[in-house]
Amino acid sequence: MGYFAVAFSLGIIAKQAGLTAAIGFVSSFFTRASAGEYGVYTLVAAQAAYVEIVAMCLVTNLRYMLMSAALSQKIAPGTSWLHRVLMACCVTDEIFGISIARERYCPPAYTYSAALISTLLWASGCAAGIVAGGMLPTAIVAALSVALYGMFLAIIMPPARNDRYVLYAVAASFVLSGACSVAPVVSHWSSGTRTIVLTVVISAVVAWWKPIKMEDADGQA
Amino acid sequence: MDRHSIIVCILLGIITTNLIRVVPMLLIKGQISNRFLRSFLYYVPYVTLAVMTFPSIIQTTMSPISGTVALMAGIVAAWRGMGLFPVAAICCAIVYLMDTLVL
Repeated sequence: MGYFAVAFSLGIIAKQAGLTAAIGFVSSFFTRASAGEYGVYTLVAAQAAYVEIVAMCLVTNLRYMLMSAALSQKIAPGTSWLHRVLMACCVTDEIFGISIARERYCPPAYTYSAALISTLLWASGCAAGIVAGGMLPTAIVAALSVALYGMFLAIIMPPARNDRYVLYAVAASFVLSGACSVAPVVSHWSSGTRTIVLTVVISAVVAWWKPIKMEDADGQA
Repeated sequence: MDRHSIIVCILLGIITTNLIRVVPMLLIKGQISNRFLRSFLYYVPYVTLAVMTFPSIIQTTMSPISGTVALMAGIVAAWRGMGLFPVAAICCAIVYLMDTLVL
């Protein structure tokens, strides 16, 4: 649902960039990255060079690199490389969120089915946005767009309740992320860049300060 | 921009985005034994999601107040163990009601 809403608003931007519903559907189906697609569409609208498109994708999606690395620890040893590659391609903010929420190892089928449903919704949302762009009242679009964040909260809060240090990490993330969005210099970075920098810094500090116990960590890390 | 260049741009986006996802997965085989790295990767997901949630949640809504209330309600609901869908629905409902009725 949140997917459809976000993709819908993305479709409205894609329309301004001159995309047809079919191209929007295909591009969303295979890219599946809100910030990355947003970047690409605005660059297309601005008639940017190809190099800029690649650079934009690299920066806005670097967080997927971290997520992929984290997800690699949730795959049972002995899983074939084909499954690994396919699961990696499934990584989005939400699929990653629910995949790591699984206890011990995450079965590939779980990730695939979730990814298939969400990708179809994502792609059709984008196409619908291109077709119907601007027909829905903004109040509804704004309300639907928080669905995504509600989902994120539901993912991070239960572990934060069980593990004090996850709670500290989450609290630090909220505070620093809020501070960085208004701080001089840093606030001019794209939100994708801020996400990467903050994630690396906060996670590294907490990991150094309170490393996980290795014997507990098997299958949980 | 003509149709051809748009398609090239979209293709570049697709290739780059998916390569970013696949490369770390292929480089990291099996379990990492380094304690710091494992701890780091253990915290990464929660930190990333938290960073992406705030302050974006109060910036996407029509007024920052409705976003703030939705954030608080979402935290409480999630803390009490409600699932993904109920928490998301609560946040949506609060924002919609506050944006349309109160403001």
